[in-house]
Amino acid sequence: MTEPLTDDPLLLAGEKFGSRLIMGTGGAPSLDVLGRALAASGTELTTVAMRRVDPAARGSVLDVLATHGIRVLPNTAGCFTAAEAVRTARLAAEALGTNWVKLEVIADEVTLLPDPVELLDAAEQLVALGFTVLPYTNDDPVLAKRLEQTGCAAVMPLGAPIGSGLGIRNPHNIELMVAASSVPVILDAGIGTASDAALAMELGCSAVLLATAVTRARDPELMAASMRSAVIAGRLAYRAGRIPRRRFAAASSPPVDS
Amino acid sequence: MEIVINGTAHQVPDETSLDRAVALISESATGIAVAVNGDVVSRVSWPEVRLADGDQIEVLTAVQGG
Repeated sequence: MTEPLTDDPLLLAGEKFGSRLIMGTGGAPSLDVLGRALAASGTELTTVAMRRVDPAARGSVLDVLATHGIRVLPNTAGCFTAAEAVRTARLAAEALGTNWVKLEVIADEVTLLPDPVELLDAAEQLVALGFTVLPYTNDDPVLAKRLEQTGCAAVMPLGAPIGSGLGIRNPHNIELMVAASSVPVILDAGIGTASDAALAMELGCSAVLLATAVTRARDPELMAASMRSAVIAGRLAYRAGRIPRRRFAAASSPPVDS
Repeated sequence: MEIVINGTAHQVPDETSLDRAVALISESATGIAVAVNGDVVSRVSWPEVRLADGDQIEVLTAVQGG
């Protein structure tokens, strides 16, 4: 008998998380809906973006996270260069009192795909500055290895472009990354529905990071509960070990008596 | 003199301190971070930093995202 699920925490940069679902906060119609969705997801770590203070803003996403006891993970969304991303990470550390950062350096607004050259440069600089760097990366096993070698605490490959809901377009690459990586592989971006999250975990990912699939669902709270179950189910299936695929049937009942 | 905070021009007395400038647009001093002309300025230094005409100040906070 393997250990119960409760004894299977996510280990990230030496810290334990009971939930393997990391949430984003973008796209929710209101802070109230966001709060209920986050609670339903069971997440313990959730991303925010850094933007100019809006004096007219009512309430803050930070209040929602504090209410639910969820740890904040700032991102560098919207940065196109290593210099911008490093500055944003430093501002986030100053504002939020954390040296953890979800590093995003995108190439263009149409695909929102990571720029691998700027990403690696930013990762090297931030690791040198003492940050715990969680890079959002392409589903490229070679780049993932390079990011790991710079000292990143995890690698976070996309399943498909951000917000696309296209699922995991190259499961084989994700498997290769899991096999080669000595830091957690976290599937980040592209999740559309629960089966995508379960597949990520079945492929051996240590966690799933998603936002849009929940925040823009018809019922975000319900979808959050669904994702919570999917991540748990996928993780259990990975640990249990799936049966091999076979070309022909294999009877599960004994042969008929003769 | 004129300084620019988050893209908006503000008229302030000469040698205004950074903490006073920040207070013009943010009631709270927690959960925010400040850059002056692109350089991050840590919170403890805000009262000591004297601003100059034309300084560009960015005051950021966490919003929904990612």
